[in-house]
Amino acid sequence: MRYLPKSPADREAMLKAIGLGSVDELFAPIPAEYRLSRDLKVPRQMAESEIVDYFRQRSRENGEGYTSFLGAGAYAHYRPVIIDSLISRGEFLTAYTPYQAEISQGTLQSIFEFQTMICELTGMEVANASMYDGSTAAAEAVMMAVRLTGRRSVIVARSLHPEYREVLATYATHQGMPLSVAGFGIDGRVNLEEIEKAITAETAAVLIQSPNFFGTIEDVAAIAEIAHKHGAMLVVSIAEAVSLGIVEPPRQADVIAMEAQSFGVPMGFGGPYCGVIATREKFVRQMPGRLVGQTVDKQGKRGFVLTLATREQHIRREKATSNICTNQALVALMVNIFMTVYGKDGLRELAKQNLAKTAYASEQFAKQGKVLFAGAPRFNEFVVQTTEDPYAINRRLLGHKVVGGLPLKKFYPELGNAALWCCTELTTRSAIDTAVGLVAEREGSVRTAQEEAAEVAR
Amino acid sequence: MKHMTRKATRHVNQNEGLIFEKSSAGKAAWKLPPLDVPPVDTSELLGSSERKDLGNMPEVSEIEIIRHFTRLSTWNYAIDLGMYPLGSCTMKYNPRVNEAVARVEGIANGHPYQPEKISQGALKIFKTLSECLIEITGMDAITLQPAAGAHGEMTGLLMVRAYHQSQGNARKKILIPDSAHGTNPATAAMVNYAVENLKSDSRGMVDIAALEAQMNEDVAALMLTNPNTLGVFEQQIHKIADILHAKGGLLYMDGANMNALVGKVRPGDFGVDVMHLNLHKTFSTPHGGGGPGSGPVAIKKKLEPFLPTPVLITKSDGTLGFEYSRPQSVGRVRAFYGNFGMFVRALAYIQANGPDGLRQTTEDAVLNANYIRKGLEGTYDLPYSTPTMHEVVFSDKLQAKKGVKTMDIAKRLIDYGFHPYTTAFPLIVPGALMIEPTESESKEEMDLFVEAMKSIAEEVEEDPQTVLDAPHSTRVSRLDETAAARKPVLRWKPTG
Repeated sequence: MRYLPKSPADREAMLKAIGLGSVDELFAPIPAEYRLSRDLKVPRQMAESEIVDYFRQRSRENGEGYTSFLGAGAYAHYRPVIIDSLISRGEFLTAYTPYQAEISQGTLQSIFEFQTMICELTGMEVANASMYDGSTAAAEAVMMAVRLTGRRSVIVARSLHPEYREVLATYATHQGMPLSVAGFGIDGRVNLEEIEKAITAETAAVLIQSPNFFGTIEDVAAIAEIAHKHGAMLVVSIAEAVSLGIVEPPRQADVIAMEAQSFGVPMGFGGPYCGVIATREKFVRQMPGRLVGQTVDKQGKRGFVLTLATREQHIRREKATSNICTNQALVALMVNIFMTVYGKDGLRELAKQNLAKTAYASEQFAKQGKVLFAGAPRFNEFVVQTTEDPYAINRRLLGHKVVGGLPLKKFYPELGNAALWCCTELTTRSAIDTAVGLVAEREGSVRTAQEEAAEVAR
Repeated sequence: MKHMTRKATRHVNQNEGLIFEKSSAGKAAWKLPPLDVPPVDTSELLGSSERKDLGNMPEVSEIEIIRHFTRLSTWNYAIDLGMYPLGSCTMKYNPRVNEAVARVEGIANGHPYQPEKISQGALKIFKTLSECLIEITGMDAITLQPAAGAHGEMTGLLMVRAYHQSQGNARKKILIPDSAHGTNPATAAMVNYAVENLKSDSRGMVDIAALEAQMNEDVAALMLTNPNTLGVFEQQIHKIADILHAKGGLLYMDGANMNALVGKVRPGDFGVDVMHLNLHKTFSTPHGGGGPGSGPVAIKKKLEPFLPTPVLITKSDGTLGFEYSRPQSVGRVRAFYGNFGMFVRALAYIQANGPDGLRQTTEDAVLNANYIRKGLEGTYDLPYSTPTMHEVVFSDKLQAKKGVKTMDIAKRLIDYGFHPYTTAFPLIVPGALMIEPTESESKEEMDLFVEAMKSIAEEVEEDPQTVLDAPHSTRVSRLDETAAARKPVLRWKPTG
């Protein structure tokens, strides 16, 4: 076996040194009746060339060469090549969690820079070293608010990513945390009246997403005002990190739970991604996850260590803030490098291109039919309503190697024949024109403004 | 000091500040293509939501970024540099073909919501890996959704709770041996179970009499690591399972140490009902400085209705797809389907090994741990003489007489060119030195390690201060952790 650095003679010599006659004796502690006396039924040992070939074949069966308009929590942005060349260095790739600070300063300093940049971008005072992903970060952020307020009930925006809502529901089930949902208005934003109505002296947190699942930017200040008036915390989830280049961050939030996949992380069929929690300094001791802090060594030289570990499971066991142990360090490094490459001006210009492409695309769709939620600003996603079933439209588009917007029937049946479309800096004008043409191809497939007006009149 | 040149030498190490300290206005490492659509007026589009300033985000060029991170990388120790004997962490070689195949176009760039019709490649990887892991564990079904081991524990206990609920009583507590990882009790608390401690016997195994006394209808499950954190296989495992099952309890196995069992014995065969695996331990996906991990949960048939949604199925037309409607499911534990990139790497690892390679890997891991045990026995105190599987736990009892603790020995090991072992864990061994070589170490590397550990033991006798002040060869000496926690500085801020 090519990964094993021992010759048969080495094994013999080692057994002899231990004083054993055979390898089987090493497994004597396992009761004989349970020992496996056959080969495992797994694929036979394959050559490297065969493995590469196997995965190339799977790749060809996996949407290779399609143009896609999907977003909804996983975004196609350009990944600068230096990300992979740097994270492939064995010293980053094959190191463990930096418990031994003296020989982990590389990882520790890079996390410290990551925490700093996340703070700069979100307007928060502290950020952790990463969480599993945006969905679990949102659930953990809400549980953090429950601990901080000593209250238990939670209001969740219906415009939060539906799968994030499902994850929160799972986490909340056995915590005795009643969840209520606040719907959205005709502008696609959270319905403030519903929050006003639902909020009580028992509300620990209001959880929203901005830009929300429809790409619409929420009125964070107004929601914060309602939450804070009632002593509840505002938790804001950000699923599209690139928006932070041009959209004002939710500074009024108490906790921000972010998904940083957009910053240089491959879409990879859903993971691994990079969740992050950012908050105010005064809440740091209730924040879950690893934290890196600056300190000095015995000679007074600057260095970095994992800190505030008394919040964590390996010290506090059942009293810990969370059971999280392994997080997403290498993915956070991708994010860190991405943020460093684009920096202060690049992130802004990148976000502007996303905005421009989306503005163009939504305009083209609006000429043909109906783009919902026009009354509020949006970032790089928008909802198109059609008369034709969006699944049927997508089947037609697929024939042209185009993956259309995400049909919303499963998540939002009340929107009827609607789909969520996304454009990034990688979406070309010609791809947009082609898609718009294909959607409109079938006569009457797109609702026109006139049809809409006529229907309302009827 | 006589052995130090055999494994390590010192060479020039570049200094490097924080990236913010290299930043100055107008430098850039990016270039966007010309916009092919009309430019937009951002203030008109966004109004008061427009962001005007990105604060102190850095402005640097590409070569500076390359040098910055390359220099930082050289300050890390890594498996690629040498033995990394962190007990319970399984720091084994991370094959490079795994990285290559994870970056193939359609695999790296697949969107989680692309139609199933054009996702068959990803779904086949899912299915094949699931089948392999089910066979390796001897269980009946699996979910790949959990993002890490602790997340798998939570998913597993949610299923345990759902199972008991379906039997009419969710039960109240989880039994956890005193040798367990901290994640076990923390997880039980997240699922709202009380934790009851279970003591170990003089051989470092579950105290069967204690288990019998503590087991009753309030106990939902026992969370057992097997081999446990002492590297000891629970020889009475069948009895443990019987005691639990007799009173309707379930046996949860923490699979952190599955690398001692693959191809030799299957947990499903010795009575385990639910277990998680750490793909970043046993199945070689890289630790990456603390993640990403992946924590699949394998279960017996009776727990299948409670699997998190969605569940992978083969449809009537023979294609693969996800099933979302499962009324008894515990729900979703993560958006999308899990850390797919880690599934690709784990499957590539299984393919590279095959059944014979997987078995040989386990045998070598156990052989290595026993070789080190033999080499250091007598030099360091061995609190439990029970046979060792994949890791061995010594204590600092002999060295403590000279005022030298496990952490000091660990720090001195750095000067000898090794990463330290795990210190002060498991908690049942005061001053523990927990050593796990994995199968990836050659005889030569382990001989150097044993030699280094013996040399340190000599130093403790002759010149303990050298050990107490270690490390001496690193770019920073021991860091002030107390100061870091008392007045936390968790981000850089511009001066003045």
